[in-house]
Amino acid sequence: MRWFPRRLRGARDPEDIVAGGRGAGAGSRRKSLLFNTLSPLLPHKRKWRNGSGRGRREIRSRVGAGGGRGGRSRKCARHAGSSGVSLAAAGEAERTTRRRDPAKRFPQCLHPYSALGRTSFSARGFQFVEMSSRKSKSNNLIHSEYLSQVQRILRERFCHQSPHSNLFGVQVQYKNLIELLKRTAIYGESNSVLIIGPRGSGKSTIVNHALKELMEVEDVSENVLQVHLNGLLQINDKIALKEITRQLNLENVVGDKVFGSFAENLSFILEALKNGDRTSSCPVIFILDEFDLFAHHKNQTLLYNLFDVSQSAQTPIAVIGLTCRLDILELLEKRVKSRFSHRQIHLMNSFGFPQYLKIFKEQLSLPAEFPDKLFAEKWNENVQCLSEDKNVREVLQKHFNVSKNLRSLHMLLMLALNRVTTSHPFITAPDLMEANQLCSMDSKANIVHGLSVLEICLIIAMKHLNDIYEEEPFNFQMVYNEFQKFVQRKAHSVYNFEKPVVMKAFEHLQQLELIRPMERTSANAQREYQLMKLLLDNTQIMNALQKYPNCPTDVRQWATSSLSWL
Amino acid sequence: MAHYPTRLKSRRTYSWVGRPLLDRKLHYQTYKEMSVTLEHCSTEIHIQVGQFVLVEGTDNENPYVAKLIELFEDDLDLFSKKRARVQWFIRFCEVPVCKQHLLGRKPAEQEIFWYDYPACDSNISVETIIGSVRVIALAPDEVIPMDLKNEKTLFVKLSWNEKEFRPLSPELFAELDKLQEGSPRCQKPVGAKTKSIESPSRTTAEHVVKRIESRHSTSKSHQTPTHPVTPRARKRLELGSFPRTPNTRISQQTLWTSLDSPKRTKWEKVFSETTSPSKRSQPDALQTLSPALKAPEKTREIRRSRAEENKAASRECHVILRARVPALKTTEISEKTTLTPSEGGKRSLVAPFVILKPEKIKKSSEAKGPDAQGEATSTTHRIRRKSSLLTLNRIRQQLRFLDNGESDQEDGEFLLAAEVSYSSNEEEEAYTPPLPRRIPCRVSRNLRSSVKSSLQTPSTIPKKTPKPRMPCHATPQIRSRNLAAQEPSNMLEEARLRLHVSAVPESLPCREQEFQDIYNFVESKLLDHTGGCMYISGVPGTGKTATVHEVIHCLQQAVQANDVPPFQYVEVNGMKLTEPHQVYVQILQKLTGQKATANHAAKLLVKRFCTQGSSPETTVLLVDELDLLWTKKQDVMYNLFDWPTHKGARLVVLAIANTMDLPERIMMNRVSSRLGLTRMSFQPYTHSQLQQILVSRLKHLKAFEDDAIQLVARKVAALSGDARRCLDICRRATEICEFSCKKPGSPGLVTVAHLLEAVDEMFSSSYITAIKNSSVLEQSFLRAILAEFHRSGLEEATFQQVYRQHVALCRMEGLPYPTMSETMAVCSHLGSCRLLLVEPSRNDLLLRVRLNVSQNDVLYALKKSEGPQKPGV
Repeated sequence: MRWFPRRLRGARDPEDIVAGGRGAGAGSRRKSLLFNTLSPLLPHKRKWRNGSGRGRREIRSRVGAGGGRGGRSRKCARHAGSSGVSLAAAGEAERTTRRRDPAKRFPQCLHPYSALGRTSFSARGFQFVEMSSRKSKSNNLIHSEYLSQVQRILRERFCHQSPHSNLFGVQVQYKNLIELLKRTAIYGESNSVLIIGPRGSGKSTIVNHALKELMEVEDVSENVLQVHLNGLLQINDKIALKEITRQLNLENVVGDKVFGSFAENLSFILEALKNGDRTSSCPVIFILDEFDLFAHHKNQTLLYNLFDVSQSAQTPIAVIGLTCRLDILELLEKRVKSRFSHRQIHLMNSFGFPQYLKIFKEQLSLPAEFPDKLFAEKWNENVQCLSEDKNVREVLQKHFNVSKNLRSLHMLLMLALNRVTTSHPFITAPDLMEANQLCSMDSKANIVHGLSVLEICLIIAMKHLNDIYEEEPFNFQMVYNEFQKFVQRKAHSVYNFEKPVVMKAFEHLQQLELIRPMERTSANAQREYQLMKLLLDNTQIMNALQKYPNCPTDVRQWATSSLSWL
Repeated sequence: MAHYPTRLKSRRTYSWVGRPLLDRKLHYQTYKEMSVTLEHCSTEIHIQVGQFVLVEGTDNENPYVAKLIELFEDDLDLFSKKRARVQWFIRFCEVPVCKQHLLGRKPAEQEIFWYDYPACDSNISVETIIGSVRVIALAPDEVIPMDLKNEKTLFVKLSWNEKEFRPLSPELFAELDKLQEGSPRCQKPVGAKTKSIESPSRTTAEHVVKRIESRHSTSKSHQTPTHPVTPRARKRLELGSFPRTPNTRISQQTLWTSLDSPKRTKWEKVFSETTSPSKRSQPDALQTLSPALKAPEKTREIRRSRAEENKAASRECHVILRARVPALKTTEISEKTTLTPSEGGKRSLVAPFVILKPEKIKKSSEAKGPDAQGEATSTTHRIRRKSSLLTLNRIRQQLRFLDNGESDQEDGEFLLAAEVSYSSNEEEEAYTPPLPRRIPCRVSRNLRSSVKSSLQTPSTIPKKTPKPRMPCHATPQIRSRNLAAQEPSNMLEEARLRLHVSAVPESLPCREQEFQDIYNFVESKLLDHTGGCMYISGVPGTGKTATVHEVIHCLQQAVQANDVPPFQYVEVNGMKLTEPHQVYVQILQKLTGQKATANHAAKLLVKRFCTQGSSPETTVLLVDELDLLWTKKQDVMYNLFDWPTHKGARLVVLAIANTMDLPERIMMNRVSSRLGLTRMSFQPYTHSQLQQILVSRLKHLKAFEDDAIQLVARKVAALSGDARRCLDICRRATEICEFSCKKPGSPGLVTVAHLLEAVDEMFSSSYITAIKNSSVLEQSFLRAILAEFHRSGLEEATFQQVYRQHVALCRMEGLPYPTMSETMAVCSHLGSCRLLLVEPSRNDLLLRVRLNVSQNDVLYALKKSEGPQKPGV
């Protein structure tokens, strides 16, 4: 787990956080499984970083104590996982605590932390007071009950890939897949197919749908065996074979354990598959998630054997590979490739904005079986209104431009949904706008906001060095000199710190990964002369400075021009 | 329970009844019936194939019960030449005690279970048979009658497969049920389908049909399809030999029924004559080398003597009869097939008829006595003779069949006759039971006790078949399905089945030369009792492994014919090993059944191959995917190629790999020199060869347009020459055709358009569609990359540089300002699709970006999607 903190701090988007050490290619593999194991670490991490800022620890601790709703929203934030989201969660928690404790309301509204939506918060605060005085208590209770149900239903829809949800725009591909599976299940014809599409394009959904439909066919359900493998879990053929054996429940499985060595297991499985034939043995459906990772196994033994079985008169099997890599066929070894049937199903998110709107509506609407018809009707009406609202359309268009991924839409809706409370029972356009703002926030800008003035000054010095030397790396001494020049000539507001203090600030920047050493730090190298690179773009620095609270004017001037002191 | 007298108490003599039927394929003689005579009393018990018998076991009270499937004489076995193949039934007391509770009820006293366990040995000595017994199959809802006077009646209701009790499958039940149909007690309900055929007052015509069929089946008694494993190979042949469309089936049906009783006797005669040419065609062929010419003569002969429609019917029924395939069956036909075995059983109860029957057959064969005699002598002669001339003939014959297959389009009249003889001939070939050496695990029930002996001579099983039905180890087996797989119902499905790569044809077209070379090589080594290596190379999908398999198959047939000395065949595949040294373990296990560690196995194998006279027969070792056996020291390869050079090793190694120059490239000198210079390379298929392959698979099945076949052949030949690809494309095209065709009943032909679509689907690069369908920001990021490349003149840029371009671009196009996080997300998204090649994202701003697609492609895709108002960079 050594890599973890560093990765986290440099995280730019939620997918990246989860990426772990896999590198950019495997970078955004995100399935709930991994997510769950990593997520508990996130809030802790955030807390630590924010602690360096001004007094946010207090809010944090209150969030923790908030319990009830506050706790839940934090959990959501954990799911979403991005820096923006955790802020949002904190924001919400803040509001809830505020509501419970009206006396503290006003000071908190002024707190710099809520800079994001300061005005709206306070405005809503007042609204709340008015509304709660008008509403009867019982009405409130019913509402809260329904609302928690609404949130449960929608969250399930957004977070889990349930096979019950609808498919969007992939009917042709779906038909193709289901026909193929049926031919395996009913006629015992062996097949192999790859489903290729970018992340979040619904590959797993389509497969789950197809399997569900297949299992509903009479006589098929007890005649078909399924084996689910995931390249992230079965990282080599040995584990994969054990897992296959276990899932097929062959005779060398005792309880939940598979006995025998790798070689024994392999020959056992091959023998088992060989002994079957088209008409009499159960068809087996192999689903290989993250198929490209299987292609990295030694010799591609597993793939070779699976495809070989699918091309010979043995037990009928269907091999379904899911991958997001378009160049997957080039990864396969020539013998393996020859045995693969070259069927590919492409899922490309090939819908336009009107359809995106429709999806948005469908995803947010409540199902007809919702207990209170009246409420569901009202909710759905509101969703309909939202989809016609100009602002909402704008937000969605923006979101659509960034990513056609349905998962990112889910994230947006989830953030908006978190704003729904008894006093604010329906999603409104501002909610969505706020959510969008959170989604598209620059994560590094937030870090810069939390830096001290000295650290900001160092960053500005680095920026100037970059401008002068054209992206050449710098070391501490250079930065310190630049800083000294500024302090001596111009600065009135910045105290001339001792060198060790500046060094400490410099190291802090390195810890935050705003700067990065060119080579590995060796123990005996002098730290002052280690070459570094800045990981912030000029525009980023300038933008961050504009929003930086209480920035001294001379620092700001210095930032705009390195020659301002002349 | 009754006390069954066993051989110990009274001496019995066993003798065959009826003329032996020589099965050329298996080289033993099969019989239809046998008689058992007790020494003291003069009663004779006649037992026929298809009857249920009691088999002597450890317990005199409860002998084993089985159904007789085949009787034959096996010369290989010294102790008991008379052997029988049976399908076992199991008594409740034989079920392991720990599993008895699975039944869930108290078993009836005379209840037995169908023993559905393929690993158990079904080959017994005839002398263990005590007598016949009656077995009645009961439907799952029927109650077993408790008070029966006849103790020799047993009831079967469930099947037992060592794991669970299951109700008998409907087909099995129907079959068993029919066996007892002729017996007095048949008031029990019969399945609706069987009733419609069986129970109504049988018209004479129907009767004739059945009689004829049974007659026919007697001539090939062992082929009665009681064994579930058999039909496969045969079906394929049938498909190849005769166009089987629904209307021929119907016309055939009408012909059957139009036959009326006056013609009956005549008809029978016709039939017996028409069967004979096909039966005899192989020895003829071997003698005169012209089977194709002789067969038409025969049919012409018949034509002279018989009325026109009779002849047509006879020919047709001849073909139909042997096509006892469940595959393309309408129900009537399948009914008939299941009838076949039932005839034997029924007759056995009507005593006079039974005894008469063989004589009848004899008579009919005596009608052309000299012919039959000639046949017998010629075959015996042939068996004795041991020369490679015959095998040459065999090869030549095979080649000629291929020629026949080619020429069949032009020549209609000639074709039919030739085809008939071809099919019968091939059928017998195809009928070799799976040779035990290839699948040692199925060979004997008591594999552990007599591993070695049973491997050498699989038929030597102790006379007393003890209690070895339990699996010793966990058996590698996927659970079998309850519901049988559906069979193809229309032409496209049929075509798809035949085009599947797994449907290996009986002989591979276009690989005759390679076949012959390999065959000659291995055969010469076998005849000379020496060893040697051969290296076979070729790109994937050119039929290397399939050809070698075919060679081995043919050699195994030749062994049966005593043309070549027997040999052991071992196959290993480098890809199916976890590690190169495992190859020793696999070879040893397949050779002797022993299990050992890699090191130990290597020692044992060295001992076996390097000491003289330790191996009594030659071993043929096929090493597939040789290149995977490469190790740093190359000791595995060295050993594999070193063993054959030892005197007395008698090892023939056939090594297969993809690259032609593998020996030069990766092998050390001492290894490649041992491999020798016997090499062969398989060229990729040319378009005409691919076309021929497709045509031969689709023989007589008009599912494809001719142009379409040619198109796909040319496409694939231009691409890779991989036959697998060719077949896959065709299969996909049938699916597209079916999909596009709205009416479910009558799918049209697969046209060029369908094939083009399939080819497109499989080979078109998806990068351009992916770019077209990516989001606006992703597209503009790609544009920014192009701009940056253009600016710097390099093919690589850091993320920071691209980001600046991207910001500028967005400003120009009026898009909102993209934040760094968003852009990074876009970048890693494109990277995960491999449209871009990116470094690990921990480099952040400094990560380097490269395009994985050509710049022109990107430009093309972007232009197309954006239209002219927003040109590319």
